[in-house]
Amino acid sequence: MLGLKSKDTTLLVVVAILTLLAPFILNPFPENSALAQFNAGYPDLMQRFVIYGIFAIGFNILFGLTGYLSFGHAAFLGVGSYAAVWMFKLLSYNVVPAIMLSVIVAGIFSVLIGYISLRRSGIYFSILTLAFAQMSFALAYSVLSNPKFNLTNGETGLQVYADDPQIFHRAGLPDLPHFFGLSMRSTYTLDVGGWSFDFNAGYYFCAAIMLVVFYLAIRIFNSPFGLMLRAVKSNQQRLNYTGLNTRPYTLAAFVISGMYAGLAGGLLAAMDPLAGAERMQWTASGEVVLMTILGGAGTLIGPVLGAGFIKYFENIFSKINDGVLHAWFAFLPDGLENALVAIIHPFVGKGWQLTLGLMFMAIVIFLPGGLVEGGKRLGALFRRRSSDETASGETKPAE
Amino acid sequence: MSKSNFTRRGLLRTGAVAGAGLAMPTIFNGASWAASHGGYTNAPQGGTVTLGFNVPQTGPYADEGADELLAQQLAVEHLNGMGDGGCLNTFTSKALKGNGILGKKVQFVTGDTQTKSDAARASAKSMIEKDGAIMINGGSSSGVAVAVQGLCQEAGVIFMAGLTHANDTTGKDRKANGFRHFFNAYMSGAALAPVLAKEMGTDRRAYHLTADYNWGWTQEESIVASTEALGWETVNTVKTPLASTDFSSYIAPVLNSGADVLVLNHYGGNMVNSLSNAIQFDLLNKQVNGKDFKIVVPLYSELMAAGAGANIKGVLGSMNYNWQLDNPGSKAFVKSFGEKYGKPPSNSAQTCYAQVLLYADACERAGSFNPCAVEEALTGGDSSMPGISSDANKGFLFDGLGNGQTLYRRDDHQCFKDVLVVRGAENPTNAYDTLEIVEVTPVEKVWYEPNNPMFGGDEAKLGSCNPGA
Repeated sequence: MLGLKSKDTTLLVVVAILTLLAPFILNPFPENSALAQFNAGYPDLMQRFVIYGIFAIGFNILFGLTGYLSFGHAAFLGVGSYAAVWMFKLLSYNVVPAIMLSVIVAGIFSVLIGYISLRRSGIYFSILTLAFAQMSFALAYSVLSNPKFNLTNGETGLQVYADDPQIFHRAGLPDLPHFFGLSMRSTYTLDVGGWSFDFNAGYYFCAAIMLVVFYLAIRIFNSPFGLMLRAVKSNQQRLNYTGLNTRPYTLAAFVISGMYAGLAGGLLAAMDPLAGAERMQWTASGEVVLMTILGGAGTLIGPVLGAGFIKYFENIFSKINDGVLHAWFAFLPDGLENALVAIIHPFVGKGWQLTLGLMFMAIVIFLPGGLVEGGKRLGALFRRRSSDETASGETKPAE
Repeated sequence: MSKSNFTRRGLLRTGAVAGAGLAMPTIFNGASWAASHGGYTNAPQGGTVTLGFNVPQTGPYADEGADELLAQQLAVEHLNGMGDGGCLNTFTSKALKGNGILGKKVQFVTGDTQTKSDAARASAKSMIEKDGAIMINGGSSSGVAVAVQGLCQEAGVIFMAGLTHANDTTGKDRKANGFRHFFNAYMSGAALAPVLAKEMGTDRRAYHLTADYNWGWTQEESIVASTEALGWETVNTVKTPLASTDFSSYIAPVLNSGADVLVLNHYGGNMVNSLSNAIQFDLLNKQVNGKDFKIVVPLYSELMAAGAGANIKGVLGSMNYNWQLDNPGSKAFVKSFGEKYGKPPSNSAQTCYAQVLLYADACERAGSFNPCAVEEALTGGDSSMPGISSDANKGFLFDGLGNGQTLYRRDDHQCFKDVLVVRGAENPTNAYDTLEIVEVTPVEKVWYEPNNPMFGGDEAKLGSCNPGA
């Protein structure tokens, strides 16, 4: 279907169904139960899941296929966000021109950075991209936000003000980003028994875009172009000796993944019209590397899983405080309750990064292929013909 | 590579997905933000009301955040009638009874802002969308405060700012749903100026090192304006990158510039480092232009003082609140905070505690949680600060929360109260009295009109309150 192998079609359909049903899947616990803390099915987090999924899919096209480890991809995300917010400020809150411009600007930006950085490979490439991203961050944080020429609004973040031109904005349109009148924040809440499910317009908008770019990524992975990128990863020198110039291919991959990042940045701004400079900081660039490795570099679905994993920790675990813990263990005798809370305390709330770090270590040590490998091992456990199946049906990271 | 396989199953599957996709838009009916019962966002259901405490738990201001959280928990205890009641006993408004807010038990959720606008907004959104928080309180940086304030305005909940000192929060970025109890850079400048004139004279030459971001600039602007009004000369203003940890290269030129006062517009770790560097260069023992060299840190906090240790001896700065203040509200607060946590509260803790009580009190007096009713109760009053003749001198006047008499001004939702000028103690007797109060600058000295050019001028507008759903 759609020019895909049957296995990839299945993958695409499964991803499509999962994203469509996410409001149900992510809210498995009734609203008033103690476990509702772990529900992730609220609009903001669902949007982040798919947006960072797009970011990671794009990053994986560069890192997973060519092996070029960029430490500066957050710069494209940030540039995309700024472009989108500027479109909101100048034209209107319609998300379509904003997202288009964010992709274009990120594309141009990545041509510039890629053209220079790709003259080196390996660690030197990583350092060059890191340097560019930090430069962009410094520009956005202070240089380009001085009172005389204020492009980014610095620490506060670029926002839309009531006195901005917004030349196509009319009364009757929502005062928030919208898709031809459908506000990205409009949510239909379905109450079934104790459960409550949120169907958010912005989430489905992002999800639709993610499915399209996921499909594109599958096509790129399976195309002759994708094969060439894998060849670059496996031995670039040999390719060069055969008389082939690899730079156009790597530059194309760099720009494509930069545009994915720009798209993600544009969507972030479309869901929440504010662009902060921290989006460009090196920690944000590192985050997408973690997402990709955690999920499984070089696999199709891995980066999306990794993105979901990290965002879940950031948003859910950071909110578990001592009060919540005490409520959970209230049925235990006081001494035991306090002891348990004291043990768990360092790992939740402000310790969410510690837990995430431990999980990351465990995954890298025991499942070098990331969550995808974990899934496969689980699958193999439950499958009888495991030996034949895995040998033929594996999407191996390109080596 | 293309292979079309139209099987019956495949077609069914595609059809179902496409059908679901097409049907999806029809179920959106424009209801925005979850749980829209009651005519405003997150109207409390049942016997509880949920507040959101959004503070930095990781990152450079994590210490401040931790202290804020302690104070917020204390405030919730007092609201629910537990503990000794703290400032409920001294607060001049007697609407709060210690039985929650409007009879509903107060619950809270916490989140981590990471001192990043993005993360702070994500955390606040999850409180609003998932936990049903009706008010967001906390924060330790102006960028975050402005970002979260904007979000709360869009979402239709109330934002009670924590520690935010930039003029913009209630200046050009002021919002109808946002409220600030903390003082600001302009007030720091105005409060420091008379003390500086008294201690250092009126013919000083100042050299500014400024953290290169929004807060730094507004503070520099404010301090330059108020010191130049004294007759001081500004020799140079140098912006330092926020991420700097070593300021030696910025300190060295100060000595050769002919300046005799160094103003450090830095906060948190930046200030600790730049001050330490200045001490290493032995600036305080130098004589320039026949005068003793002096250092000024316009915004102080206890946690910074602790970080800078002995280096702050004799260095002047300003604060919103200090636990050594001797008034009934302050005493009650310090007593219950100290008994519970074994240490005196910081500046940022006090502002968050006061904000939570002020919000609860406003709900109680309004008889509703509706943000528009709360706004009316919190700042809509007709009382005014005695001794100031100004048309803008209108709002809600209260006392007993630790700062003395305070006005929540109607026109920009900024609190007006006395400002403390403090100095690093020469001989601290314990870990907590590292700062001593030099002077309490009365409120009329720090008063400004809402259309002051440093606060966005005439263009700055509150807009109208947004109750959301």
